[in-house]
Amino acid sequence: MGVASAIGAQGMVGVRPVVTESYHEDVVRAFMVAAMFWGIAAFAAGVYIAFQLAFPSLNLGLEWTTFGRLRPLHTSAAIFAFGGSALVGSSLYVVQRTCRAPLFGGAYLGWFVFLGYQLFIVMAATGYLLGITQGKEYAEPEWYVDLWLTIVWVAYLIAFAGTLFKRREPHIYVANWFYLAFIITIAMLHIVNNVTIPVSFTGTKSYIAWAGVQDAMIQWWYGHNAVGFFLTAGFLGMMYYFIPKAAQRPVYSYRLSIVHFWALIFLYIWAGPHHLHYTALPDWTQTLGMVMSVVLWMPSWGGMINGIMTLSGAWDKLRTDPGLRFSVTAVGFYGMSTFEGPVMSVKAVNGLSHYTDWTIGHVHSGALGWVAFICFGMMYYIVPVLWNKKGLYSKALVEWHFWTATVGIVFYITAMWVSGIMQGLMWRAYDEYGFLQYSFVETVAAMHPYYVIRGTGGLLFLTGALFMAYNLFRTIRSAESNEPQSAVAAVAAE
Amino acid sequence: MPTKIEKDATTGQDTTGHEWDGIKELNTPLPKWWLYTFYFCIVWGIAYTVLYPSWPTLSSHFGGTSGWTRRAELAETLTAQKAAQADTRAKIVATPIEEIRKDPALMGYVQAAGRVAFADNCAGCHGAGGAGAVGFPTLADDDWIWGGKPEDILQTITYGIRNANENSRISDMPRFGADGLLTKEQIGDVADYVLSLSGTAADPAVLARGATVFAENCAACHGEKGEGMHEMGAPRLSDGIWLYGGDRKTVIETITYARRGSMPAWIERLDPATVKVLATYVHALGGGQ
Repeated sequence: MGVASAIGAQGMVGVRPVVTESYHEDVVRAFMVAAMFWGIAAFAAGVYIAFQLAFPSLNLGLEWTTFGRLRPLHTSAAIFAFGGSALVGSSLYVVQRTCRAPLFGGAYLGWFVFLGYQLFIVMAATGYLLGITQGKEYAEPEWYVDLWLTIVWVAYLIAFAGTLFKRREPHIYVANWFYLAFIITIAMLHIVNNVTIPVSFTGTKSYIAWAGVQDAMIQWWYGHNAVGFFLTAGFLGMMYYFIPKAAQRPVYSYRLSIVHFWALIFLYIWAGPHHLHYTALPDWTQTLGMVMSVVLWMPSWGGMINGIMTLSGAWDKLRTDPGLRFSVTAVGFYGMSTFEGPVMSVKAVNGLSHYTDWTIGHVHSGALGWVAFICFGMMYYIVPVLWNKKGLYSKALVEWHFWTATVGIVFYITAMWVSGIMQGLMWRAYDEYGFLQYSFVETVAAMHPYYVIRGTGGLLFLTGALFMAYNLFRTIRSAESNEPQSAVAAVAAE
Repeated sequence: MPTKIEKDATTGQDTTGHEWDGIKELNTPLPKWWLYTFYFCIVWGIAYTVLYPSWPTLSSHFGGTSGWTRRAELAETLTAQKAAQADTRAKIVATPIEEIRKDPALMGYVQAAGRVAFADNCAGCHGAGGAGAVGFPTLADDDWIWGGKPEDILQTITYGIRNANENSRISDMPRFGADGLLTKEQIGDVADYVLSLSGTAADPAVLARGATVFAENCAACHGEKGEGMHEMGAPRLSDGIWLYGGDRKTVIETITYARRGSMPAWIERLDPATVKVLATYVHALGGGQ
């Protein structure tokens, strides 16, 4: 298992020959590069389609560049390619270090997961552009891509769980609970939501096995738990390692981490029906979806408290470590969107917000504010460590990144709040006689300025990410190296 | 690694004694406000599921003690809305459009209802506000193909144009070129002549030939001076307003292949009150006669 090398003895005084095992970090480095690449691709696609909504001529009259095809390209690139690469990569880093064990399955399994996952992304993305889609939101890839992802995901589960199993620590660290919950639940959701019957084994088209409202319910059981377990649980795992590491402080509350973990896991899985309020879904299902979503509020905030309060005694680091500032701001956005979410799941609110841009704004306060920021914080921490550098190339550039991205998010979500609520109010406005006051096209016209503001916000966010890519590139290429640190620490000490 | 509980100097809390890659955990108790808010949400959640349809049973579900269902609420709202409008709508069906126009209360209703019904049903072809588009007449001007009097408009909307309804307005322009009724030269001449009716200059010799062709082939429907004829749905040709385009090429195309614009019989899709509202609304867009 693993790559055995004798690196512990080099350069040490009072040489004690120790054979140590190395953590498998090549694959983590590869995931970080991929995350940066896909992040920029995802943000650029997002900016482009944002401006398509403001200026429809940007559809260019070509089928491949229409909003309908680029939109899943954007969402999948952001969630699965950028978020996924950051998550999987960071989880492989964290699980090895917090278990004091090299990756189970070694470099081969690690590289299979990396290459397999990247192949999945490329197959999905090219399919979207060619118009190959299941038409299920966030589960657009067709059956052959789904099957491939299943294989890759099982390999990932084996590598992760195997490492946990071989751990040299008595307990499993909280970050790993969250990562494991993410891996297992995504596997379940992915399989159940993608039960399809291919039209032929040589064709791309398949039909979903579920029908009607059951299909809708399964889709949103999947869809909301993609939020709950991919975009929340996974990134909470990231938070639980990288915030205490960067802040050099103990986690605020072990008890809170247990209670909010189990409450979160139990409640999230029920919340899907809130995507189907006021549809053919039966009342009782809607009620349960709404109630569980509201009760989810405090368990979500448990994570926020643990993330932010871990800084007790280290608040000054927010000034000196802009990477940590990303992580902590991310947790702030997490708290905000996990309050907004329960509010929007209440039927009376949802009646206004549903199908409007408010939902898009909500998703992006989570996706940009929480997911992307926690990834940025993680990457600013991990890249110098992985490449054995003394530090980042430029802290000033991180500052620039932080402020452009933050202002971009504020532009984005405030524009969507205003336009979404306006849109919802216009849709439901009726006059003294009982007639709707606005036609649909009038609401579209009214949103134009906000679409422009949103696109501008996205452009700022993209610009910040370009600063980051440059900064990380220069960091990796810099000559100031530290001594290698990747030996399994405890083995060397024994 | 042995468990070693320490006291954290900053917070005064004990650690759990575990350590992973240098990370320790404090054993801080759950924040009180957090815990009680969580409890409150749970109690609220249970109460809500008691009041409303919630827990599934083997063959059905618990209906909730409040008796509320979404379908009942919707039916109630719709019934209330319909009841509130019933008198007005009955009055509109029973009253001639000229009379409706003199009644401010009814006209207020027509303007509100008509704007929405027009946006939902008519604007797709005739444009927002009846601005028109190529092949779809402008409804906000006083140029009418089938007549601009209230009863004409009502008839047109009710039964439509060139559709399967037995009362549909029907008329057919011959395909003068495609069916060999006129030669290419004759069509060119008559196109120039038709354009001259709207003031376009052309060679007098051509116009003379075109006038003859026009008198023999077109005047029966479009009138001797191209003034149009509502009974035949034959557009006026002398006002510079063109349904399909007023350039020479398009006019030649129209004469060669004819045009067969169509409109649905809206009475097959909408209730009589809405059709009446639409006729009154369109009449009031600006060009009603």
